[in-house]
Amino acid sequence: MDGEVVVHAENVTKSFGSVPVLKGVSLEVRRGEVLCLMGSSGSGKSTFLRCINRLETISSGDLYVCGEPPGYRVSGSRHYELSEREIARQRMRVGMVFQHFNLFRNKTALENVMEGPVQVKHIDRSEAKRHALELLTSVGLGARALAYPNQLSGGQQQRVAIARALAMDPELILFDEPTSALDPELVGEVLAVMRKLAHRGLTMIVVTHEISFAREVADNVAFLDDGKVIEMGPPRDVLWNPRQHRTKEFLSRILADDRAGLPVDTDGTAG
Amino acid sequence: MVQTVSNSNAASVGHSVVRRKHVGRWILTIICLVLLSMLVHALIVNDRFGWSTVADQFFSSFILKGVGMTLVLTSLSMAIGIVLGVVLALMRMAEHNYLVAALAGGYIWFFRGTPLLVQLIFWYNIATLYPRLSIGIPYGPEFVSANANTLVTPVMAAVFGLGLNEAAYMAEIVRGGLLSVDRGQVEAALAVGMTPSKTMRRVVLPQAMRVIIPPTGNSVIGMLKFSALASVISVAELLDSAQLIYARTFETIPLLVVASLWYLVLSSAFSVGQYYIERHFGRGTSSSSGVSASLGRRVARVLGFGRRTGLQAA
Repeated sequence: MDGEVVVHAENVTKSFGSVPVLKGVSLEVRRGEVLCLMGSSGSGKSTFLRCINRLETISSGDLYVCGEPPGYRVSGSRHYELSEREIARQRMRVGMVFQHFNLFRNKTALENVMEGPVQVKHIDRSEAKRHALELLTSVGLGARALAYPNQLSGGQQQRVAIARALAMDPELILFDEPTSALDPELVGEVLAVMRKLAHRGLTMIVVTHEISFAREVADNVAFLDDGKVIEMGPPRDVLWNPRQHRTKEFLSRILADDRAGLPVDTDGTAG
Repeated sequence: MVQTVSNSNAASVGHSVVRRKHVGRWILTIICLVLLSMLVHALIVNDRFGWSTVADQFFSSFILKGVGMTLVLTSLSMAIGIVLGVVLALMRMAEHNYLVAALAGGYIWFFRGTPLLVQLIFWYNIATLYPRLSIGIPYGPEFVSANANTLVTPVMAAVFGLGLNEAAYMAEIVRGGLLSVDRGQVEAALAVGMTPSKTMRRVVLPQAMRVIIPPTGNSVIGMLKFSALASVISVAELLDSAQLIYARTFETIPLLVVASLWYLVLSSAFSVGQYYIERHFGRGTSSSSGVSASLGRRVARVLGFGRRTGLQAA
């Protein structure tokens, strides 16, 4: 990995009131890299993800996204708080895909994808529409462009949401458990789209429980436990030969739940 | 009489099904028909309703002027109520400024907690409290100043009284609508780079409208009727016009009938308008009921006759 650093986190902490959620997260994501964040619920994965585009603010530590701390302007040794407009400008560079899709319910699939480019980037409507249709086609939904979200299946909605994030041409896309709210038979279609994006070299941070996806697509896996990264590295280390007891425990639990999925095969351990 | 049916609609094909006779329903229907005919008979036979007077006065210029004033009062005070109501709702939901939220809460507390009639009479008599009204720097020089008695006409007192009161109720309606929009919609809008104010205008408000419109329709119809209170402060609206006529001719009942019929016509028109606005803001929700129904049936449902389904609130 030698691309430029897109996300740099050092000792990031976050508390909700007196409850600490992140207790010092340090990690780095470089351009073109796919990082999977894994860990049991409550370990702080989603909170960390939301700090990256300032849906949450961090309590202490250093966090840089595309060279800037979210929500601040650095001048000398001081951080100056940014206005909402400037924070919005920072967020434009970071796409986000949510667990519950969060498509704009009063807009069609096409309008959902066009909304950002037209309203935020002020791109010409016809140009934005052409690009949006292209994106919808690339996620396999060109024919459903005029459907409203409630007329689409969960998997289709999530693919529209991915197209919506792509439409802003972001430097980084955050995926917050993108398949957790889907029926099992719809998970595959969403993962297929994400796999395609990874192969195209998009920088992605994915909070997921899909171990087979992480094994196949991730460049790095960070395993969070109790607000800290306890193990990080390529999947062949973290997912095939975990060193930490907590990681082993978590993986065996997930794989046991996932009986229909991959067997805990041995051929990977060689790689 | 036993009716036997053996078509394919029957629950079990091939068997003859004996329908229940529903004796109770028939008795109830007959009772309702008798009561209805008594009502119609009472309306026609009693010539003290003065139906010919009703017909004469219905389109008289005096009454029509009153109708016009009622519409002016309703629309202006609703406009004030909606605009101020949105502002109050946003103030009340201000997360980082307790004083702003408390101010809005205090306003709503005061205007909902005192009778509308008292408020109207209060505004009418504002000149006895503040003989001169002026615009200027607080505690500093005045730029414009005028005599309150000439500035605050009865119509103005009525519009402000009705509008400021309505704002308190609209604030709660709008707040309920805004709260009904899922937090995820806001996060999605912020994530594509919208500012909070654009998120409010482009994403939250349009979706809140679906929840805001039905009770607002009720408010408009309520306002139409509350505007009759302005007759107390001598605003020449519909009821006041009717009263002025019967004070002279003593045809009290016929003119009250005229006024009532006009109120019915206007509120019916508002209901139909509400139906179409609701349908516009219902895009993207599955309740597309009524789209395929005939116009007559739709109008009947909007006005509250016929079977009710879903959200109809009027």
